[in-house]
Amino acid sequence: MSDSTVVGLHHEEQHHPELLHHFAEPQQQEDSASLGMWIFLGTEVMFFGGLFCAYLIYRLAYFGDFAAASQTLSWKLGATNTAVLICSSLTVVFAVYAAQQGKRTMLIGSLVLTIILGFAFLGIKATEYAEKFEKHHVPGPSFQFDNVPVPGHPDQMANRGHAQIYFALYFIMTGLHALHMIIGIGFFTWLLFAAWRGRFTPEYNTPVEMGGLYWHFVDIVWIYLFPLLYLIDLHK
Amino acid sequence: MPEDTKLSREPTEPAHEHHESSLTGYIVIWLILLAGTALTVIAARIDLGRFNAAVALTIATIKALLVALFFMHIKGAHEKLLKLVVISTIFFLFILLTLSMADYGTRTWS
Repeated sequence: MSDSTVVGLHHEEQHHPELLHHFAEPQQQEDSASLGMWIFLGTEVMFFGGLFCAYLIYRLAYFGDFAAASQTLSWKLGATNTAVLICSSLTVVFAVYAAQQGKRTMLIGSLVLTIILGFAFLGIKATEYAEKFEKHHVPGPSFQFDNVPVPGHPDQMANRGHAQIYFALYFIMTGLHALHMIIGIGFFTWLLFAAWRGRFTPEYNTPVEMGGLYWHFVDIVWIYLFPLLYLIDLHK
Repeated sequence: MPEDTKLSREPTEPAHEHHESSLTGYIVIWLILLAGTALTVIAARIDLGRFNAAVALTIATIKALLVALFFMHIKGAHEKLLKLVVISTIFFLFILLTLSMADYGTRTWS
């Protein structure tokens, strides 16, 4: 790159079209977006944190009932969904890499794979939810959880009310997580559209990076939800 | 021109040079994360007494750290302030959980 082009980048008239006028240079703009995104993710951690805290309190209080309720879930489906999300995180880092390197085909391919994996996760989740409705494990007037023994104590039946608290937490936490997945898929569809039109270049790819941060955060939430909801006292 | 010379000394190299050879690194992290998932399931099926939950949460935290450090690029982040945001987030989550547990853990449940 010749010296004149480097200097030319800093002229008002010639700067990158995506550089907003209140930023001095692209790097500053990108750092600001990144910082803002991380602060948002901090609020999200506290948002989910409250639910995890409620879960922790009730789990410690009603451990046997939580274990009995947890074991009606399929850990195989839960583990599969964990693997699906981890694979989608890999396709997301590939998308960010491709955007930074200006590899349009790789970017579009990675985004498509991410969206497919996102739908796969939601599909498996929907099957699980359907099963809960069939078994009357959805909290509410028709909730049924009778004569289910506490794991490790065959003569002791789980408390129906305490099991209902488990399922309420299960539906709120996984439902909120699924909502984040739906928003993520929506954002990635927009990214795919923008990438298709060639909007992202090695100089400007902040939306891909920010979408990536969001997707990984949703992955991290599931990394905790899986052992906490699916794997309580599985050895009994 | 003298004004422009000052500006042209600004670093113009791409900020993400460290990503150049990182595709293999990403695949390694991905394999570790998958292995961690398998390990969580195996550990849950072995009776470790009261340590089952601790082991599950430790594996989950290691996986979360790997995602945050390498996939979300906290390691080698350009913006220093970002690390402060991450550390304060963990700190406030810690306050939320420990103070709540200090309350409920010392109550007598029947």
